[in-house]
Amino acid sequence: MVMRQNVADGGVGIGARLPRKEDARFLRGRGEFVADIRLPGLLEIAFARSPLAHARIRGIEKPVGREGDVFTHADLTDVRPIRAVAGLPGFKPSAQGVLASEKVRHVGELVAMCLAATRAEAEDLAAATFIEFDELPVVADVRAACRPGAPLVHEEWGDNLLLETVAEGDLAELARTAPVKVSRSLKTARQCMSPLEGRGVVAQWREREGQLVLHSASQMPHIVRTGLAECLGLDEGRVRVISPDVGGGFGYKGILLPEEVCAAWAAMRLGRPVRWIEDRREQLTANANCREHHYELTAYADRDGRLLGLDCEAMVDAGAYSSYPFSAALEPAQVASILPGPYRFDHYRCRSLAVATNKPPILPYRGVARAGVCYAIEVLLDAVARAVGKEPYEVRLLNLVPPEAMPFDNITKKHFDSGDYPESVRRAVAAIGLDGIRARQAQRDLTGERIGVGFAVYNEQGAHGTSVYYGWGIPMVPGHEQASARLTPDGGLELRVGVHSHGQGLETSLAQVAHEVLGIAPAKVSLVHGDTALTPYSTGTWGSRCAVMAGGAVAAACRALGERAKKIGARLLQTDYASVRLAAGEIVGPAGSVGLAEIARVWYRAPQNLPDDVDPGGLDVTIGYKPQRDTGTFSYACHAALVSVDSEIGAVELIDYVVVEDGGRLINPMIVDGQILGGAAQGIGTALYEEMPFDAEGQPLASTLADYCLPGATEVPAIRILHMQTPSPYTEFGQKGIGESGAIGPPAAIACAVNDALKDLGVEIGELPITPRRILAALDEAERGGR
Amino acid sequence: MKPAPFAYERPGSLAEACALLAEGGAKLLAGGQSLGPMLNLRLVQPEMLVDLAGLDELKASERLVDGARLGALVTHAQIEDGRAPDPTGGILPRVACGIAYRAIRNRGTVGGSLAHADPAADWLTVLAALGATAIVTGADGERRVPVAEFATGAFETVLGEAEILAAVAIPTVAAGARWGYVKIARKPGEFADAMAAVLRDPERDVERVVVGATHGAPIIVEDFSEAVLAESLARFDPIARRLCRAAVRRALAEADA
Repeated sequence: MVMRQNVADGGVGIGARLPRKEDARFLRGRGEFVADIRLPGLLEIAFARSPLAHARIRGIEKPVGREGDVFTHADLTDVRPIRAVAGLPGFKPSAQGVLASEKVRHVGELVAMCLAATRAEAEDLAAATFIEFDELPVVADVRAACRPGAPLVHEEWGDNLLLETVAEGDLAELARTAPVKVSRSLKTARQCMSPLEGRGVVAQWREREGQLVLHSASQMPHIVRTGLAECLGLDEGRVRVISPDVGGGFGYKGILLPEEVCAAWAAMRLGRPVRWIEDRREQLTANANCREHHYELTAYADRDGRLLGLDCEAMVDAGAYSSYPFSAALEPAQVASILPGPYRFDHYRCRSLAVATNKPPILPYRGVARAGVCYAIEVLLDAVARAVGKEPYEVRLLNLVPPEAMPFDNITKKHFDSGDYPESVRRAVAAIGLDGIRARQAQRDLTGERIGVGFAVYNEQGAHGTSVYYGWGIPMVPGHEQASARLTPDGGLELRVGVHSHGQGLETSLAQVAHEVLGIAPAKVSLVHGDTALTPYSTGTWGSRCAVMAGGAVAAACRALGERAKKIGARLLQTDYASVRLAAGEIVGPAGSVGLAEIARVWYRAPQNLPDDVDPGGLDVTIGYKPQRDTGTFSYACHAALVSVDSEIGAVELIDYVVVEDGGRLINPMIVDGQILGGAAQGIGTALYEEMPFDAEGQPLASTLADYCLPGATEVPAIRILHMQTPSPYTEFGQKGIGESGAIGPPAAIACAVNDALKDLGVEIGELPITPRRILAALDEAERGGR
Repeated sequence: MKPAPFAYERPGSLAEACALLAEGGAKLLAGGQSLGPMLNLRLVQPEMLVDLAGLDELKASERLVDGARLGALVTHAQIEDGRAPDPTGGILPRVACGIAYRAIRNRGTVGGSLAHADPAADWLTVLAALGATAIVTGADGERRVPVAEFATGAFETVLGEAEILAAVAIPTVAAGARWGYVKIARKPGEFADAMAAVLRDPERDVERVVVGATHGAPIIVEDFSEAVLAESLARFDPIARRLCRAAVRRALAEADA
């Protein structure tokens, strides 16, 4: 059950649980997604993909008689490879040809593009395209990839080390003196992001505009445009990217795919519209890979459980290439910078390696590295708590940054803006009913019930901007976020933003922001987004940034628009500018008021009534916004999980789940609840179900959703959400980014709960997902160990 | 994920369907809930698809003196909803409602499930435990095979090249009989990692345990004993063995409850 909140504003502005405007079409199945687009003469693309993880291409034979419908790298000579460069020292860039040329580096890599009237016929062509390979030895595991003499994914690198990130610190003294020392080896599985809608693209060349028009399921149409123009050698003005309704992104749609470049090239080459609609097998086996971390951790603490230092060796399996724009540097560099989480301690050392393997590129997934590092440090803190004989939550209270220290610069120079972290833990402890759970556990001998409780605390940097990203040196650095606000002649409001809404409910929440400023009813506010021709440039939707950045930009644009309306209104009220104010959609003067609709009518249709000194910019304002500090907002949460473990079959059932979340001031708490619930469902997948295994030859072993296990309605419990609302001191309304947050906590909370349930057996699970097989194997091992 | 080209036939009689099968290279299409994905993944690429949907004789069911005969094209949903005769006192609908998801049950058929012989399919294990008989039609007429002997391995059955599973005959389960059926799966509706069915019918002197979701045909243990079960599971890896034993223990407990 979702907890209802009292909102300060009983209306439809900020704080209101306004039903989502976009749901009218989504819930009726009337959304318009890429695959719904029908164009005359549309050709379908299927790709011939590499069946091998590492091989040299000796030759490609196109199907006889259909050579003109099949294209290889030899045909795409004018296309540049995708290069996502990071400026971090030692980073090794990779050039990803959109179609493989000399060699293939992972199963599923594109080798030939096949076009036909239907997808089935295009797949027939792909099946009839014969690729001759010389097999090369495969590296499918990070540890093997680091051994001397390992096969090289990119020969020119000289090794497989993509990036080494080191947070320096000297822990030698602590290692000798710390009263408590706890070490753990932990691993998280490679996963596949699984939005309901996969990737898809429709490309066409429009002669009249002289433009390549690409409809793509994208979170960041402006970035795709830049990347496409670079690969195709086109002026950006020749490229228009439209992202229509999109069925979930989660990071997977924040990447320029080679498939998009190929489709764009084909549309221009053939002069016909073409489309590629990703199928589930392509998504699982070739594309949507994410999250594979290995940790060797040591915590040093005093006898109370106060953390003195943390030492970590981490490895991230980065796969074969760096994807555009984030590059494969994001995940490993994040590990080193965010592992300390919301905790305060004095000594830290972390070396994080990104290692290339013959697997698909690792992509940023909701929470990016956070789900992994939160799991790592929370499991470690539980181990500290056991070592000092305390409740895990007590150890967290001891180590969390206290509210009186806010704002706080942590050991990796992250600037925590605001919040009461310990209070979130106290509320979670009360809500989950810890005392009752401990009493139930004490009855285990009578009932046979094996339950466990786990807590996870984390904070999440969101909406971080220029000062954070320029240092990464990636092709995309967010600056001022812009929005346009335009009054229509009848007094409605059109907002234009460069971010994209694909589940976030921005058509509603940004209308609420505009209402808060201008007083125009949200129903009269329309949001234009997802089209590079119609919206201001933006890096798009990623990094939990829309509420803060687009919300701030819309507010700024609406304020500026209000100022212009005030000038016109003052004239119409025959008073001076200084004596009018904007309230509830009207310009109010000392002796009367005039509505925004009338002001719009005069500007557009009765300009004879305008003052001579009217702002010629009119009722159409584009303005940019940055928060007072661009180091990001830090939302935070404490998740509490109560599980029941069936030790006979290794099954884990979630009995109860509580999220205490602080996202600052909430624009629409109902949308925030939805974000948390959806994220938590994905986190449950990370904790218990989702895994993309590979064999030693780099073959992906889950090629359908029968093998890749996603949580469904029966696996997600009724999650209880408790909101705290500590405003960020730096943002427009005090809002914080929370879009990714829900996905971060569950792996840690659930793992800690399972370990709690098994602790009397001396069993701890150190690998995600916690499958029945892993639990049974650990129990077997413990039994064999003579316990 | 689109099928390779195939010819499509929709015969009007069982004899015609058998004749098409005899030409070779053909696959039968019943509910298509397993075959459809396999075609789309190009895991099977038959020259011809013989769609049984036009054969009303495979959709008919009837009560028999000692049980019921269910046409091969009876869907899981029909059984779940009580729209097919049930001589088992409620066992059939209970099993049916646990098969995959409703959308699959709407189209998936009891005959298609048996003929596909996925080791993790419910009916293969359940109908073997109930002592049902498969009724098979071919050019030479009809033959009857106990469901317990129908599957010869994973995805392999006794069906000949040009034979069609036409119906199953399910015997009446006596009022005093006890039944237990347990599936262990990652999620409700997913393929089971282990399953066991138990029928204990003192009247007919039956004490039968069937273990499904193995790597081959279901394991049938008549006159159940722990020792025999242990022997049947000896070749399994320790975790699979553990799951099978748990399924059997729980099915026995359900039957005893």
